[in-house]
Amino acid sequence: MSTLHTVNKSPFERPSLKTCLDHVVQGDAILLIEDAVVGARKGGAFAEALSHKQASCSIYVLAPDLAARGIKAEDIAEGIALVDYGGFVDLAAGKARVCAWL
Amino acid sequence: MADETNTKKFLYINRKAPYGTVYALESLEVVLIGAAFEQDVSVAFVDDGVFQLMSGQDTAGIGMKNFSKTYRALGDYEVRKLYVERESLAERGLVSDDLMAITYEDENEDYAEKPSIHFVDRSEMTKLISEHDVILSF
Amino acid sequence: MRFGIVVTEGPYTHQASDSAYRFTKAALEKGHEIFRVFFYNDGVNNATRFAVPPQDDRNLQVLWSELAEKHKLDLVVCIAAAPRRGILDADEAKRQGKDGNNIAPGFLISGLGQLIEAGIQSDRLVMFGD
Repeated sequence: MSTLHTVNKSPFERPSLKTCLDHVVQGDAILLIEDAVVGARKGGAFAEALSHKQASCSIYVLAPDLAARGIKAEDIAEGIALVDYGGFVDLAAGKARVCAWL
Repeated sequence: MADETNTKKFLYINRKAPYGTVYALESLEVVLIGAAFEQDVSVAFVDDGVFQLMSGQDTAGIGMKNFSKTYRALGDYEVRKLYVERESLAERGLVSDDLMAITYEDENEDYAEKPSIHFVDRSEMTKLISEHDVILSF
Repeated sequence: MRFGIVVTEGPYTHQASDSAYRFTKAALEKGHEIFRVFFYNDGVNNATRFAVPPQDDRNLQVLWSELAEKHKLDLVVCIAAAPRRGILDADEAKRQGKDGNNIAPGFLISGLGQLIEAGIQSDRLVMFGD
């Protein structure tokens, strides 16, 4: 069964998003929380890598973290879905395990 | 299945170099305590985590305890599956010989010494993650 | 479903404790069970009752303590990580010859085995850290 991967650091600061993207399999989900949400910005350096990954994985951002950082929902890269904390819980429950890329 | 037997597959993922932060040391402390619980334990070293296994660590100049020898004792705690990602080593200019030799005694083969470290490709590391029940990241 | 939560950073410097708190609260609101919240590494610093954040800021220790009381949560602070960082309960303070303790209500200092047990007993273990 598939895995929920969480990333919480900006990809401009740490390699954790890159490492996460290198370690997912078909059907996994990736959730960007905390500072990692800045990587989801449309036109940003990581938007393309995230879009590319959507062929095999679903990608989410935590909406409250996005809002807190002044990024509007319509300004995130295409195909990335927004969830709230309840959605985070549902994602964790829906996968077999949670892997945090701390 | 896991619930019935109460045995789960634990994977510890270490991604940070030792000494700069406490994570390597406190991860090792969990691994050692966890060994008493008779779970199926694997320890992975990815990204800068590979530096935790460097041979010749000398902390005399920084006033911190050198805990690298503890990794060599993991075999005595029945922790015998250490996975090092080849790409992480290569990206850092390291080769397998830069790491400590860590072995365990195989009681099924007249206590022959066997290597605990397995070098795996990124794709194998990815597969390992997807095969474990509990993932602890440090 | 039964969740185990691990917090490995202290309050305020990192968002980890806030994220863990909001996840835990959301899981409870959805009717899930929280088997345990385990505080490790600098996460043990969430357990001091001596923290005094400004009045217009959230007080994470109080939030955790109140959530624990309301839902009978098991908040466990690691006995290996806590004394190292000056988090002591009455027993440990006495044992170490210290003149006071600072553990907040609802938090319990216990062994690392409690983390492993959380991994074994929970359907999902979710970690929040640096």
